[in-house]
Amino acid sequence: MPPMPAVRPIGETAVLIDFGGGISIATNERVIALDRALAARPPVGMIETVPAYVSLMIVFDPLVTDGEAIAAHALALLDTASSDTRPPREHVIPVRYEAECAPDLAAVAAATGLTREEVIAQHLSGEYRVFMYGFGPGYAYLGGVPPALQLPRKPRAERGHPVGSVIIAGAQCLITTLPMPTGWWVIGHTAQVILDPARAQPFLFDPGDVIRFERVP
Amino acid sequence: MQARIIIEAAGPLTTVQDRGRTGVMRFGVPPSGPVDRLAFAAAMALTAAPEGWAFEISHGGCTVLCQEGEIGFVLCGGGFLADIDGDTAAAWRQGTLHAGQRLRVRAGAGNWAYLAFAGSHKPPLWLGSSATHGPSGLGGGIVAAGAAFDFANARPLEPYTLAPPPEASSAIAAVLGPQDRHFPAEALAHLAQTSFTASARFDRMGRVLGGPPLVPTSISMPSEPALRGCLQTDGDGSLTVLLADHQTTSGYPKIATVISADIDRLAQLPSGQPFRFELIGAREALLRTRATAAANQAWLNSLAQCASLNESLDERLRASNLIDGFIDANRP
Repeated sequence: MPPMPAVRPIGETAVLIDFGGGISIATNERVIALDRALAARPPVGMIETVPAYVSLMIVFDPLVTDGEAIAAHALALLDTASSDTRPPREHVIPVRYEAECAPDLAAVAAATGLTREEVIAQHLSGEYRVFMYGFGPGYAYLGGVPPALQLPRKPRAERGHPVGSVIIAGAQCLITTLPMPTGWWVIGHTAQVILDPARAQPFLFDPGDVIRFERVP
Repeated sequence: MQARIIIEAAGPLTTVQDRGRTGVMRFGVPPSGPVDRLAFAAAMALTAAPEGWAFEISHGGCTVLCQEGEIGFVLCGGGFLADIDGDTAAAWRQGTLHAGQRLRVRAGAGNWAYLAFAGSHKPPLWLGSSATHGPSGLGGGIVAAGAAFDFANARPLEPYTLAPPPEASSAIAAVLGPQDRHFPAEALAHLAQTSFTASARFDRMGRVLGGPPLVPTSISMPSEPALRGCLQTDGDGSLTVLLADHQTTSGYPKIATVISADIDRLAQLPSGQPFRFELIGAREALLRTRATAAANQAWLNSLAQCASLNESLDERLRASNLIDGFIDANRP
């Protein structure tokens, strides 16, 4: 049995169920499984949940319930949650890597000692997992950038990158949904819309989904 | 009745806000909605606006021209002052704008105010809500000079000055965590004992707080979910309280979380004002939030009552006739 997660109050309106340790697929799977179990059997007064790498936030109405009741309900679901063995949903995302779509590809090649084509091949070789959303609306953190491409962020955030930019930093890859400044390396662009408010499901990915990139010929 | 208003001038932080959206923080979308939820609720209670939104205004103020028709307005929050064509300005003001009249709103001691109109106008919705997410401008939208708003079913409101909400104690209550374990004992002692100041560096995402640096022992942690009220430090130990448009996850440790009853008060503190934190347990925080919610509801009810007592003589007579008739029928 894996260790019980820690329960940490976030004020009087949320609790954090913290599985601890570093970023790993095994821990993130526990987070996602608990999240699904809570969606299937929500405690009274639960408002929403936010899954992250190794922890899950449960937000509740303090006029209806309290953190102890919410945490007890969540911990009691852990056994059910660990038996959730549904295979992850897969998405294939088309990417263009031409120079006009990939302003940082040359810099990434220079910093990693690879050629442009090798950088592209490395990026395509990864199997990516949606660990969580964050930073901005629809920004899904995709873990799984191959070690050869892992670079620290640029010292400064830069503006002017279009929505759909495929950007990397460290072990993470991201597809932008807003024209917000970023210090990550822009290595491609996808026409696939990640956030479309007009869709029945506005957000393309759920945490726990698996992503593959495919080069647009 | 139709009415049209034109925004003639608006500060950069002027936005459309409804009460906010829930259920999408898991996709990186914070609730947004008003920074001062109580002042917003007062504006809603008094205008009974069917779409439930108001203009949120900050230090830049705004100027509104009523171009056609007539329409009631309510300005609530932050001690912001409203005048009509240069008459005596008042805070927490209710009244009616007639065609050709100009309402000018300027900042008071606080930082945020809500201007709502007694009429029906449907602002753009994004993910089911007209609350504007400031960093992207998605939602009802950022309001700029030149924008026109048409209202259906516009009705007047009697001139009236509202009683502001009851004063709360000056300390800002907070609960330690969720990442207090990433801080040395001296940082926790500073948080509990030192005076902080509300700085002038704020927007809808957060407000920087002046005080001793609360330097974490390490800033290497996986990103964890964040919530409005979280007191987040960066690597230098600078403290920020997260507000309505906060990022939904962050890799910076949160030493403590301001209780919901005090977050909006902290956002409204005048720039430069010193304050202290009072660290309490989650159970005590819950009890205070419940007591505050009850007191706020009582205040909102009394506001709506006082304002309606001030309605026109006709309406009062009609209301009293109805009530009298009812009582007569039951208690002859």
